Amino acid sequence: MINLKINDQHVNVPEGTTVLNAAKELGINIPTLCNHKDLCVAGNCRVCVVEQKGARTLIAACAMPASEGMEIYTNSLKVRNARKHIVELLLSEHKSDCTKCYKNQKCELQRLANEYSFGEEVFLDLTEEVKYKIDRSSPSFIKDDSKCIRCQRCVRTCSQLQQVSAIAVANKGSHQKISSFHDRPMSHVVCTNCGQCVNRCPTGALVEKTYIDLVWDAIYDSDKHVVVQTAPAVRVALGEDLGYDPGERVTGKMVTALKQLGFDSVLDTDFTADLTIMEEGTELLTRLKKALVDGDKEISLPMFTSCSPGWIKFIEHKYPKLLNNLSTCKSPQQMFGALSKTYFAQKRNIDPSKIVSVSIMPCTAKKYEADRPEMRSSGYKDVDYVLTTRELAVMVKQAGIDFRNLEETKYDSVMGDSTGAAVIFGATGGVMEAALRTAYEIVTGREVPFKNLNIAPVRGMDGVKEATVKIEGTTEDWNFLEGAELKVAIAHGLVNANKIARAVAEGKASYHFIEIMACPGGCIGGGGQPIPTNMEIRQKRMEAIYSEDENLPLRKSHENPEVIAIYNDFLTKPNSHKSHELLHTHYVERESY
Amino acid sequence: MYNTGNLVKEMVERHGRNRDSLMPILQDIVGRHNYLTDEAMVEVAKELDISAAEVYGTASFYSFLDTEPRGRYVIRVCKTITCSMKGKNDILGAIEDLLKIKLGETTLDNQFSLLETNCIGWCHKAPAILINDMPYTELTPEKVLDVIKGYMNK
Repeated sequence: MINLKINDQHVNVPEGTTVLNAAKELGINIPTLCNHKDLCVAGNCRVCVVEQKGARTLIAACAMPASEGMEIYTNSLKVRNARKHIVELLLSEHKSDCTKCYKNQKCELQRLANEYSFGEEVFLDLTEEVKYKIDRSSPSFIKDDSKCIRCQRCVRTCSQLQQVSAIAVANKGSHQKISSFHDRPMSHVVCTNCGQCVNRCPTGALVEKTYIDLVWDAIYDSDKHVVVQTAPAVRVALGEDLGYDPGERVTGKMVTALKQLGFDSVLDTDFTADLTIMEEGTELLTRLKKALVDGDKEISLPMFTSCSPGWIKFIEHKYPKLLNNLSTCKSPQQMFGALSKTYFAQKRNIDPSKIVSVSIMPCTAKKYEADRPEMRSSGYKDVDYVLTTRELAVMVKQAGIDFRNLEETKYDSVMGDSTGAAVIFGATGGVMEAALRTAYEIVTGREVPFKNLNIAPVRGMDGVKEATVKIEGTTEDWNFLEGAELKVAIAHGLVNANKIARAVAEGKASYHFIEIMACPGGCIGGGGQPIPTNMEIRQKRMEAIYSEDENLPLRKSHENPEVIAIYNDFLTKPNSHKSHELLHTHYVERESY
Repeated sequence: MYNTGNLVKEMVERHGRNRDSLMPILQDIVGRHNYLTDEAMVEVAKELDISAAEVYGTASFYSFLDTEPRGRYVIRVCKTITCSMKGKNDILGAIEDLLKIKLGETTLDNQFSLLETNCIGWCHKAPAILINDMPYTELTPEKVLDVIKGYMNK
């Protein structure tokens, strides 16, 4: 243990602890900007400078390990003056049109400016001298270089969490900027639109592209029937933007709020998550049968899940040779979109051209997915607008809804029923668990052999998880699988996805089925979730997801009564011709830069 | 534009596929062709299994790793204080008049590009220019024209 003094108070910390974290032990807050719990130390913004007794210069608290006998002052006059200057210098290169900025009141630089810099401008405003680029080319986010303070959280996110490095630091000195390859539009580079950078940007330099006003327009258009679907991970995180602690489930209140906002039908992406299990589970079993029984060499195994649009774009860029290994199932969002303008329209007797399909997602890549040209199988744009969890919170505030005191209500019907298997789609390992609960039962006629249906080996925050399920006591149709060991793997965060994809590409993996989610923790840690998102917060959201599952009466996708009904009334059976028309898709090879 | 062809492969064979090889590979390509094409940067990224943005980021940090098309001979006129005081502007003007290009431009026949550079360490013999890797010092407008005419006839 190391003994040091901070602001004349003694503290003991393990070796390697930074001065920043040692100060936290004492409840002393040192401001930071470039620092983020998910990322490596950068030490480039200098906002966290502190004074060390006997040292000539100030030190960066985030990067300096505590050492024996150190005496630190976090709030001396020298520190305060330096910090004030640092903030002012950052502001001199930051376009401060705060009242018009999307991050107004949510900006970490603005908060520091509020604490350290008021009164007269000390430094020249340099933003008027430079022609900054605002890149609006992605349907998911906007990159505005005039707001960028070059803290490089986005660069570290894209490289360390996602191993994509669509953006890097280019040029030097006053010309330094965060740039894609040769500053090409973000829509034309390897970017997956995952939005992890958006979630970590301390300023308004990276923000989601918002569709709030278009959704309001649709709601107030009396000619339109506006359908909204909510993804599983939204209900365990929305509360954070509305004054709740991380990990609070707000499902019922969220449904009431959506009704009060004026959506005509409040429905659940979980319904199509259950449907995804039926389609994807059947697809997997069919592939296994063709490969094992029919000896079909054309069949690609292992099969990858296809729910995560960030992962889809990643594999299209990086591993185009593996595209046949992707399940052809659309994501639950897009299945829902296609059905909202076909099945739902028929059932409710509404002209599909009058339906506006909105989805609330923990994700920015979903905005991109909805814009893909393949996603028009209903004859219309299947999903018209995608809002993030954060944008929904903004709408709730705009409408003046007293969220905390709302009654809890249930989703509308049809396409509002769901099971616990669908809810857990929001956490890494959830799709795998849901698929196993159903597939095992299809093949053996018995429940999956795990206590209380909880398949513990596929849960948790390990980057790559593996499990083996032995199939025994199969029914007659599936006896070719008798005694077989189904090998599965799960990865979340593209850095981990890359490990598995590489192993598969090199023929070094012996899995049958692989679940991949682009974001750390799965959708609960999505790029569209409340800010901040970090390990502790993801953990709390994950716990909330599993308790939501445990509290539902139905926990297996094939038992969802509305899923049974849609196959009887409309789709006939999983992977039917109609299913393929509406619920399945194809992929495209993309450039690797 | 030059043909990337086997060039990148050759450099990668020479320097290896580690992240540390990036700089020598880029330097050797520039050594041969004066600038990095987009194709060359993408190819290097693929070979080293890093992103093209990272290759571009590295290249754009260094003034001498150009990512814009340049002519066969890149003239860099030192713009730092000593050379400025010893008549750098006259040198620059003489070159511009001879080649009929402005600073930052390349001649139509792709023979010459004209750029400025920070200090190249020849203050004691200012004003100085570089043509590719070769320094020319203690220049006068007349002298620099002779130097460049020499390259025209190569």
